[in-house]
Amino acid sequence: MRQLGLAAAIREGIVQEMRADDSVILLGEDVGKFGGAFHVTHDLLDEFGAERVWDTPISEAGFTGLGIGAALTGLRAIVEYQYLDFIFCAMDQVVNQAAKIHLMSGGRAKVPLVLRGPQGATGRGAQHSQSIEGYFMHTPGMKVVLPSTPYDAKGLIISAIRDDNPVLFVEHKLLYGAASPGGGKALSDSAIQAIGMDVPEAPYAIPLGEADIKREGEDVTIIATLLMLHRALALAEQMQAEGVSVEVIDPRSLAPLDVETIAASVAKTNRAVVVSEDTARAGVSAELVATINDHCFYDLEAPVQRVAAVDAPIPFGPASERHAIPQVEDIRAAVLRALSD
Amino acid sequence: MSATLEIRRDPVDCAGADRELLLRIFRKMLEAREFEEQLYYLFLTTAMPGTMHQAVGQEAVAVGVVSALKADDTITSTHRGHAHCVAKDVPLNDMMAEMFAKREGSCRGMGGSMHLTDFSKGMLGAFAIVGSGIPIATGAALSARVRGSGQVAVSFFGDGAVNEGVFHEALNMAALWKLPAIYIIENNQYALSMTVAESSALPDLAARACAYDMPSARVDGNDVLAVYEATREAVERARAGGGPTLIEALTYRIRGHARFEAAGYRPEAEVQAWKEADPIERLAAGMIAAGAVTEAQLSQIRAEAEADVEAAIDYAGRCTDVGAEDYLAYITAET
Repeated sequence: MRQLGLAAAIREGIVQEMRADDSVILLGEDVGKFGGAFHVTHDLLDEFGAERVWDTPISEAGFTGLGIGAALTGLRAIVEYQYLDFIFCAMDQVVNQAAKIHLMSGGRAKVPLVLRGPQGATGRGAQHSQSIEGYFMHTPGMKVVLPSTPYDAKGLIISAIRDDNPVLFVEHKLLYGAASPGGGKALSDSAIQAIGMDVPEAPYAIPLGEADIKREGEDVTIIATLLMLHRALALAEQMQAEGVSVEVIDPRSLAPLDVETIAASVAKTNRAVVVSEDTARAGVSAELVATINDHCFYDLEAPVQRVAAVDAPIPFGPASERHAIPQVEDIRAAVLRALSD
Repeated sequence: MSATLEIRRDPVDCAGADRELLLRIFRKMLEAREFEEQLYYLFLTTAMPGTMHQAVGQEAVAVGVVSALKADDTITSTHRGHAHCVAKDVPLNDMMAEMFAKREGSCRGMGGSMHLTDFSKGMLGAFAIVGSGIPIATGAALSARVRGSGQVAVSFFGDGAVNEGVFHEALNMAALWKLPAIYIIENNQYALSMTVAESSALPDLAARACAYDMPSARVDGNDVLAVYEATREAVERARAGGGPTLIEALTYRIRGHARFEAAGYRPEAEVQAWKEADPIERLAAGMIAAGAVTEAQLSQIRAEAEADVEAAIDYAGRCTDVGAEDYLAYITAET
C-alpha cells in the first residue's frame, strides 16, 4: 500500500468527497491559486474550478459567515483558516451562529460546515502557535475532531464533510508530513512515528466520536491527541523497556467524546494521565480529568494526572516554547506520579 | 450629504400600481403592525416569556422589499424581525405560537421573538447579534450562484450594523464576486440610544457602497412603493449577474428599542412628526387618492388583519407548551 503524510491524506479525503458530491465547496485564504499555506488544497482549484474553490480576501468572520449561509442553502462548505489562531476573528459566526442555528430553529435548519486549519507550537510566537480546541469543545452544537495519523485524518475528514453539523477539524503543523512546509521540522522529533503511513486509496469514513486505542497496555492509561499522542506513544515505548505497560488512547474527537472507551481502559489500568497541548486552566485536560472522575472514580487507584501547556501565551524562543509545551519527560513524570500511589 | 431625508407625510403615489399588489402590501403591513401591537398587550397581560423588539413604523421596509422577491428567494432577519416574517408569509399562527414557546411554533419554541423565522419560507434565520446575518445572506447568494438556482439573497439589518466589521467584509466579497445579494439598511435612526450621526463618521450610509464599487439607493423607507421599486431594480440586477446592491431605507422606530424601553433620548416633537408619517396611513391615503380602493374596503381589510391576529392568539392558546427537555433533541443534528 502507498504511504501518505497527514496533509496529503486530508487532501485526498477532500478531493474524493468533492468528486462524489457537487455540493461540497471550499473557502479560505490562499486555498486556490496558492494551494493552501500548508498545501492541503494543492491543485484543487485546477480540478474543481473557481465556483467550488473560493480564494477569499482576508476576512475570517466574513468568509465563515459565507460558509454558514452556503451550508444553510444546500451546500457543504469547508472553510480553511490559514492558522487556527485566526478563527478567533470569526468567533461570533462560529459560536453564536453556526453552533446555535440548529437549536434556535427547533431542529429545522442544519449547518453542514467544516472549519479546518493547523495549530500547534512551532516557533512562530504567540499568535501562530496556540492550541484552540478547548474553546470549541466548550461550545455546545460544535463537533471537534483531531486527527493524529494520516489514516485517521482521511477517514475523519470524510466523516466531517458528510456530517450535518459544524465540525472543527484541528490539524497539527508538526504532523503534516515532509511534503508540507509545516511538516519538515517534524522529522527531527523522534516522538513522531506517523509522518507517512499506509492509507487506503478508496474512500472510507471513520465515525466521529469513536476513540482509538493506539497502543494496548495494562498499568496506566494515557489519553492524548495530535502531537501529544505521539509523545505519549514514544514514552510508552520507552517505558515498555522499563517494565511499565502503558495504554494510549486517542479520543480522535473531543466532542462528541467516546467516554465508554476511556472508561473501559481506566477500569482495566486503574490509573490515568491526560495530556493536551492547550493550556491547562479550564482546558481540554481539565475537562478530561473531570470526565474520568465522574465516570471512573471507584476504579481509580490514584488521582488522575494531567499534563498541559503552561497557562501563558506561547513564547517565541525555542527554550521557552519547549518549557511551555508538554514534553515526553513531562508526561513521564505524570505517569510516575500516577503509578506511585 | 445630509444625514436625514425630509420627513414626508404625503400619500404614497399609487398611480399605475397593480391593485392586487397594493392590496397584498397593505394587508401585510397591517398584519405586521397588528401582530406587534397585540404583543405589547400580551406582554402586559399574559405570561408571554422573554422580550421583543418592535418595528412599528418600519413595516414599509420589510413588506416593500419582500414584495419584490420570489417565494424561494432567501432573507436573513434580525432581533427586530416580526415584520420580516409576516412579509415572507410565515403563518401568523406559527409566529404567535413561537412567541408563547409552544411546540407548534415556527421554531418549535426554541427561538422566540429574537430568532423568529421559518426555514420553509426562505428565511435563513433571525440573527440577534447585530450584523451577523450579513455574511450569512452573502453565503446564501454565493450558494445560489454555485447551484445556478437564480435565487437572490437579502439581508435586513439596522443602521447600527453598518459599523460591525462583517458589514465591510461581506459587502466587499459580494461586490468582488458579483453575488446576487441585496443589503437593506433599515435606518430607523437609532441604535438603541445612539443616533446615526453619533455612530457613523459618514451619516450618509448608502454612500458606503462606493467603497465596494456597488450600486446603491437611498429611499424613503416609509413609502412602501419606493422601497418596492428600489428592491425590484436590485433584484433585476442581481438575477442578471450584475451583482449586489446596497439600499438604505430611511424610517423611524416609533416604539422604544425593546419591550417597554421608553426611548427618552428622543425629542417628543421628532417622535410626533414621524407618527404623522405613518407608512400604513400614507399608503391608505395613496390608494384612496388613486381610486384603487374605497374607505369601506380599507376598513374591511383592517378588520380582517385584526381578526387574523386575534385568531393566532387563540390558536397559540390551544397549543402545547414546550417540554422542559425538548431542547435536548436539537443540540446537534442527526446526520
